[in-house]
Amino acid sequence: MEKHELEILKLVEDNGRLGVPSIAKMVDCTEEEVQAVLNKLEKENVIVSYAAVVDWSKVEEQEGVTAMIDVKVTPQRGVGFDEVAERIYRFPEVKALYLVSGAYDLSVVIDGKTMSEIAGFVSEKLSTLDSVISTTTHFRLKTYKHDGVVFEDGEDDDKRIVVSP
Amino acid sequence: MSTPFVRKTNRLSDAVQHIQPSGIRRFFDMASTMEDVISLGVGEPDFVTPWNVREASIDSMERGYTAYTSNPGILELRQEISKYLDERFETPYDPEREIIVTAGASEAIDIAVRSTVNPGEEVIIVEPGFVSYAPVVSLAGGRPVSIGTKKENEFKLTKEELEAAVTPNTKAVMISFPNNPTGAVMTKEELAPLVDVIERHDLLVFSDEIYAELSYDNEHCSLAALPGMKDRTILISGFSKAFAMTGWRLGFVCAPADITAAMLKIHQYILMCASTPAQFGALEALRSGRDDVERMITSYKQRRNYIVKSFAEIGLSCHVPGGAFYAFPSIENTGMSSDQFAEGLLKEEHVAVVPGNVFGEGGEGHVRCSYATSMESLETALDRMGRFLKRHSS
Repeated sequence: MEKHELEILKLVEDNGRLGVPSIAKMVDCTEEEVQAVLNKLEKENVIVSYAAVVDWSKVEEQEGVTAMIDVKVTPQRGVGFDEVAERIYRFPEVKALYLVSGAYDLSVVIDGKTMSEIAGFVSEKLSTLDSVISTTTHFRLKTYKHDGVVFEDGEDDDKRIVVSP
Repeated sequence: MSTPFVRKTNRLSDAVQHIQPSGIRRFFDMASTMEDVISLGVGEPDFVTPWNVREASIDSMERGYTAYTSNPGILELRQEISKYLDERFETPYDPEREIIVTAGASEAIDIAVRSTVNPGEEVIIVEPGFVSYAPVVSLAGGRPVSIGTKKENEFKLTKEELEAAVTPNTKAVMISFPNNPTGAVMTKEELAPLVDVIERHDLLVFSDEIYAELSYDNEHCSLAALPGMKDRTILISGFSKAFAMTGWRLGFVCAPADITAAMLKIHQYILMCASTPAQFGALEALRSGRDDVERMITSYKQRRNYIVKSFAEIGLSCHVPGGAFYAFPSIENTGMSSDQFAEGLLKEEHVAVVPGNVFGEGGEGHVRCSYATSMESLETALDRMGRFLKRHSS
């Protein structure tokens, strides 16, 4: 990857709202060049999507429940874990899915409105898949940091005096 | 009843009455009373000290390292400083005889001047420059002599300018590149001609290289690294800028052994030693802070590019500052003085910048804009400055 591409990628990863004109100035390119890089990276699915990091616990009645589920599965001949992974990630409740090393195979992150909704998903949809051997569900109690961003208020406030030598 | 009395003598010293309070103070007072000010007036990084450094300092306190250290600082820290200076800037110093850990570069400037300058001796101050140089020289009884660097030379010091300021009374010259407030840097090739003047007149050099790491287009060249210069240079630096540690007050000063011994005498009487927890933090910064420094440099450079190009768009002429985190655009074509411009911008658009005149000779006609602030703030500040300029263009 070219140096400019990498630099642009890091900038938008950190701040998806940074506009093309600003990026162009920062990396010393023309706006057209930056737009071309972004188009290319989007087309190649390197930039997969642009989204905001939301602290839902601050939104009334929208708090919801998130669970992380450790799933043990039997891999299948020829397709390994991919087929069962696909069957799982297609459920819209599944927020994230990772294949991991260690005591279990798949790590599933599920969003739901209530604990019983998640319990229902695990017992009716996840555990009933043929290759799933076992599941362990952990409910998330509090988010301290997500995607590199600390949720605690005041952490990122500018604590400097306004004018200094 | 107490006896009424008339004070016979002025109880303040002549020396302190002779120096002026910093011109920055006035803008601080004005800006502090306003809401929603976007400040480009801050002379420090917008990064918080990296967590591993904070954690190392906390850990040292938990383990009970709360006593004085040796006067020049923890030996391990001086060894790391020595290694760092040698590897980064090719300026090797003996950790046992040539390095003192100080309470910020500010203390380093003071003890460097006080251990070398006699009353009446002149110290050439290259300006625009940091606000403390001339007052520190005055307080030591020396005579500050200003040289104003010029916009045409991108605020670099020329051999001719230096030569013209030297008198038989000149003891030393105070130089700082990368420069606060101009952002100017001087390459090895640009520094080399100065050496001849310095040697011919047998001058000492106080080289404040606190912004050395923040050099974006070329590798920083230390004055002490030039042939023959180590023996006449007092190198001043610290952790504030490159490692985002301003509030820790931790710097260091490196000099030939005789000068270091002299500085240590003052240091031991006025300070004993630099803050112990800060020294432990600095040790961690040098041992494993490189990635953080690189990350911050990249981010400053991007914002430097942004601000310079944006100034051009709104019609402010600005040389490309090669280092530090300041841009120093000319505001001459507005017809305003730097004070008027800064005050107007603050009152009308709530953007704080520092008028160039507070940085001494050569600063008038410019304002210092620190780009060590978030991109979001920079974008808004630039919009507001554009509006201000449009309103005041004749």
